[in-house]
Amino acid sequence: MGVFKMPSLGADMEAGKLVEWLVKPGDTVARGDVIAVIETQKGAIEIEVFEDGTVHELTAELGDELPVGEPMAVILAQGEQPPATVAPETRARPAETTDAGPKPVPAKVVFQPEPTAQHAASPAARARARELGVDLSVINGSGPGGAIILSDVEQAQPRDIEQPSRPGSRAEEMRKVIAAAMTRSKTTIPHFYLSQTMDVQPAIDFLARINSERPPSERVLLGAVFVQAMTLAVGKAKTMNGHFVEGAFKPSPVVNPGVAIAVRGGGLVAPALMDAGSLTLDQTMGAMRDLVARARAGRLKGSEMTQGTITLSSLGDTGADTMTGVIFPPQVALVGTGAPHVRPWVLDDQIVPRSVVTVSVSADHRVNDGRQVARFFSEFESLIQAPETL
Amino acid sequence: MNEAEIRAVYLEELSGVAPDIDPDTVGDNEHIQDDLELDSMDILNLVTALHARTGVDIPEKDYPCIATVALAVEYLRTNLK
Repeated sequence: MGVFKMPSLGADMEAGKLVEWLVKPGDTVARGDVIAVIETQKGAIEIEVFEDGTVHELTAELGDELPVGEPMAVILAQGEQPPATVAPETRARPAETTDAGPKPVPAKVVFQPEPTAQHAASPAARARARELGVDLSVINGSGPGGAIILSDVEQAQPRDIEQPSRPGSRAEEMRKVIAAAMTRSKTTIPHFYLSQTMDVQPAIDFLARINSERPPSERVLLGAVFVQAMTLAVGKAKTMNGHFVEGAFKPSPVVNPGVAIAVRGGGLVAPALMDAGSLTLDQTMGAMRDLVARARAGRLKGSEMTQGTITLSSLGDTGADTMTGVIFPPQVALVGTGAPHVRPWVLDDQIVPRSVVTVSVSADHRVNDGRQVARFFSEFESLIQAPETL
Repeated sequence: MNEAEIRAVYLEELSGVAPDIDPDTVGDNEHIQDDLELDSMDILNLVTALHARTGVDIPEKDYPCIATVALAVEYLRTNLK
């Protein structure tokens, strides 16, 4: 494998801050292992390796702000020799003056401040100084040539080091990422929208019945029924599931439903359940619980942030009837489920009170037409009305 | 378990499912959904954790009874065996 680089965890990610290494030189790693934790505008994300190998060296340091594509470590496959070009020295840490070979586009580095001539300081030190509100001019650097390095900044403000970034600033950063992604979506994807109101009473009754006999750890929520139904229904509307990349739609052979999770204090993340088509309803519920718990704890994986193939945004148990959602690029469809409400409904020629839900689909017109979405609705409706088959 | 212990367990488990909420700042009558913005999955995770800690199997119809610290302390105290 050679050089392990900062992965892109979404089209609009520009950089991440390394906050934890979970491996050390000499460790063997297998594909899918989490090797580091990085802090992004969407919170802390665990990043995984994509091939088996042995960690040769870690070239990035804790606290570094690393643009996407920046080398982080050297991981060697069995029998592979370390590449000569990426020795740690070439990162030229304190004054970043030498060119370390092919570099990522510097214009995309969001966190990197303008270098100033007066205070030589490493990028990590500058970033941390800005976070902590430390004035670099009052710090004596201990790096080469008196350059200020990360530890100098941290020693200047020891009490503040343990604190994560301020919630306010994180919420602002997340707003920026959402704005960028949604602007890109609405300027590049020709959206169209359909919605259909469906009787969801059978699913609600089914859940009430099974949940009353189960301990809390085994109960199932309506949201899991929606995810399961969406996953199965796109099997009948395959043009809603996949990515639009490089000018063409690439359907996905598996369904990885992204689940929109509201972040307290503002914002959303939509990590994916991997290969939900292979899961039973109970397993889908278990996977969603795990996803929400890890989203709250800041322990989502990089793969979950990038490999969603369609997204479900659920408005919850109470609240609005319907949404007109914005597709999460490079996906081509977003399904929205409104809150279920009891409404007059015609069933067997009788007007009866039923819980109904309005399901909406925002779809990419480069790939889909109303016909595919209508087929999706028809399948989704059948499934939520026969929940025991899920 | 006395009331103080139940309260401590509740707040501990609340911060377990919502690590971004500082339990010291949660008022007795703050609603976990309306004020603390827990969603249905968070609430189920809280119910599950409380069940594991206290043995009280809170049925779905009783979820409103644990919606605030004050309500939950009373509910759990009454239902503890």
